[in-house]
Amino acid sequence: MTVETPIFEETPPQVEPARGAVDWARKNLFNNWYNSLLTLALAALVIWALVTLLRGLLSADYEIIRANLRLFMIGEFPGDQLWRPWAAAYCWALIIGVVGGSLAAGARDRATEAGLPYVRTTFRQIVIRSWPILVLIVVILSFTTTITPTLLTIGALAVGLGSYYLSQALPRAVRRGTWLIAIVLIAASYLVLAGFGGVGWQGWGGLHLNLFLTFAGILIAFPFGLLLAMGRRSSLPVIRTISVTYIEFVRGVPLIAVLIAGAFAIGFIIPRDIRPGFVTRMLIGIIAFEAAYIAEVVRGGLQAVPRGQVEAAQAVGLAPWKTMRLIVLPQALRATIPAMVGQFISLFKDTTLVAVLGITELLEATFVVNSQPAYLGKGLFVITLGFAALVFWVGCYTMSRESRRLERKLGVGER
Amino acid sequence: MTVLEESRPRPPLWRDVRVLRVVIQVLAGAAALAVLYVLWFNLTNNLRAAGLPTGFDFLTQPLGVDIPGSDISPSAPIWKGLLNAVKNTLALVVVGIPLLTVIGVLVGVARLSTNWLVAKAAGLYVEILRNIPPLLIIFFVFNAVVLRFPVLQESLNVEDLVLVNNRYIAMVGFTAQPNFGPFLAILAVALVAASGVWWWRTRRSERTGAHHHRFLWAFGVFALLALVGFVALGGPVGLSRPILDGRALDGGFSGLAAYWAVLAALVLYTASHVAEIVRGSILAVPRGQSEAANAIALSSFQRLRYVILPQAMRVAIPPVISQYLNFTKNTSLAIAIGYAEMTRITFQLIGNGQPAPQMIFLLMAGYLIFSLIISLVVNVVNRRMQLVTR
Repeated sequence: MTVETPIFEETPPQVEPARGAVDWARKNLFNNWYNSLLTLALAALVIWALVTLLRGLLSADYEIIRANLRLFMIGEFPGDQLWRPWAAAYCWALIIGVVGGSLAAGARDRATEAGLPYVRTTFRQIVIRSWPILVLIVVILSFTTTITPTLLTIGALAVGLGSYYLSQALPRAVRRGTWLIAIVLIAASYLVLAGFGGVGWQGWGGLHLNLFLTFAGILIAFPFGLLLAMGRRSSLPVIRTISVTYIEFVRGVPLIAVLIAGAFAIGFIIPRDIRPGFVTRMLIGIIAFEAAYIAEVVRGGLQAVPRGQVEAAQAVGLAPWKTMRLIVLPQALRATIPAMVGQFISLFKDTTLVAVLGITELLEATFVVNSQPAYLGKGLFVITLGFAALVFWVGCYTMSRESRRLERKLGVGER
Repeated sequence: MTVLEESRPRPPLWRDVRVLRVVIQVLAGAAALAVLYVLWFNLTNNLRAAGLPTGFDFLTQPLGVDIPGSDISPSAPIWKGLLNAVKNTLALVVVGIPLLTVIGVLVGVARLSTNWLVAKAAGLYVEILRNIPPLLIIFFVFNAVVLRFPVLQESLNVEDLVLVNNRYIAMVGFTAQPNFGPFLAILAVALVAASGVWWWRTRRSERTGAHHHRFLWAFGVFALLALVGFVALGGPVGLSRPILDGRALDGGFSGLAAYWAVLAALVLYTASHVAEIVRGSILAVPRGQSEAANAIALSSFQRLRYVILPQAMRVAIPPVISQYLNFTKNTSLAIAIGYAEMTRITFQLIGNGQPAPQMIFLLMAGYLIFSLIISLVVNVVNRRMQLVTR
């Protein structure tokens, strides 16, 4: 079917161009009586809130944060071994840089092969997209008392950026081993913290513990979630029943109940001579909980793969397992990336729940410092909770915006 | 087909799909049962070794903890305390879900307002609240707002209508006078009559095409009957004002400050998620619908009420249900500020030496039942809302 001329002429949008600020305000703020009223009331409220907030921010005494910054960031990590968390941070800067760089290079190569234009992410875009994180870093550094953390942070940022650009220049054969480099670096980041007389995760705390629980929770729960999702889609009734029962049971109970079970009941159902530490038990609870949610996310991805794909794989004689591994999973998992980021965000927020059981992660630390003799009864919760809120907000907001961007991008790639 | 299959040699057993299906399922089922058995074996052994009961008989033993905001004494049996906790969770859920729905829909609609300031303010609310852990919001509302209210003795008192301090927030309420029972019966009759009138107006409108005004009619009938009953029975309901009597609060409709803090925090948090869903669902309604509504000169309220929202609702209901379930599960966060709902009581009782596995079993069963009931109720609503096509 060839259509020479479009039947309906595309009419240009008939929006009158706004003429100056007054005209804009009349159109967008005061276009009828109730909108005018709403605007005035809301403007008063917003101005009042802003003034209160600014006044509070300017007049507050941040000594409580300045004195306890280390507790907020890494908990009660021994002060004479601070080089360990810093080294781990450098490892992670390297991991993010290398993985990000090789992902970008992979996209570039695929685009070139397909003959499509590839739009390179510029340094400017990276800065603009990560502005909340940069603001947070500046805020945190403003609470430090010496110059060392600032210099070390700048160094870590430089390492991250440098490895991002360097790894893009690497030849393809080397880049194929990126995942290996990443695994080695992850292991190194753990070893540098815990190995050779360091502190294992039982002694971690602060924001570091929140991040650890989130990453470890998602990464370890993922294989289980994948199995559960495939089990739920299986045609074998027994396997399906087991998967559905587990998933629906876990999704029906709150995380805090699972954590309480981890804290008080795991000891009853495992053999008596195995005694995992408290943080480990929390991690087990988080993994058991996340596996069910990841299963649902992956199931959504599996359902998004058109049936024709499986049928085509069968037609060319692929075995069921190969069909799954080579045809279904690559497409399904790509479709789940935005939802997985969403799951990551919600777990990051949920790691605060271990505070209820008395582990000094970031949120609990904001309470611990308020019971220090110097600050007891001064009602500084607004400041400490505000600081924690800023940290969580920056992490979640940046990730959710990136996932929305990714969703748009993947959605476009689909069609 | 059958001839073809008969003539083909059967594959060896270990490659025969029909055999493999059975074998795999038997193995998986056996493995699951074996794991459960080992866990059960460990559980009973460990409980016995720790000298804890293996059954649920302990539920009749005395509670041993004080429950703030209730008249249950520490010597009452445990099951009574648990029932009270269920009631407290229910108080959060029943009040919270309608509230968060209203706020969520309002904010979601506001985000798409033509008023620039309204849209931006709603967007700001959503983006801030959505990205902060709910537990942190609860702590903030409780520690930075509610605990800063005046102490009990210096309660803020607005004309005996509202009473605010850092332990209770109380409002003027109702109290039963003589003849309250008969009045309740009259109210029930009025409700039945109002439903009848509603049905009649709807039918009439369907037959004649005249406007039904069914809400006005039904409400009018209900109000009239209630008023007649109220006057005839000599005022069976009186006002009850919150009164401070030393350290105790008497009368009125009161709640613990912790209750209001959890409610406010979770409602605000969940409403921000609902607002996003509402916004997405409204955007999912085809533009032509809105243009058509404009073409027949509906006002912007009518357009929203009769054209956009009914269609957006169908898209929104499934994700909103899951937000309701999240809200219900998040009420467990009240444990952090000591509001005596299910998780809090379970936690306290475990700390008091009651057997943890059974307590946690009861807790999880409680939440599962809550989740089940909410899904059931909302699924019925959902089925009635679904578009019926061919």
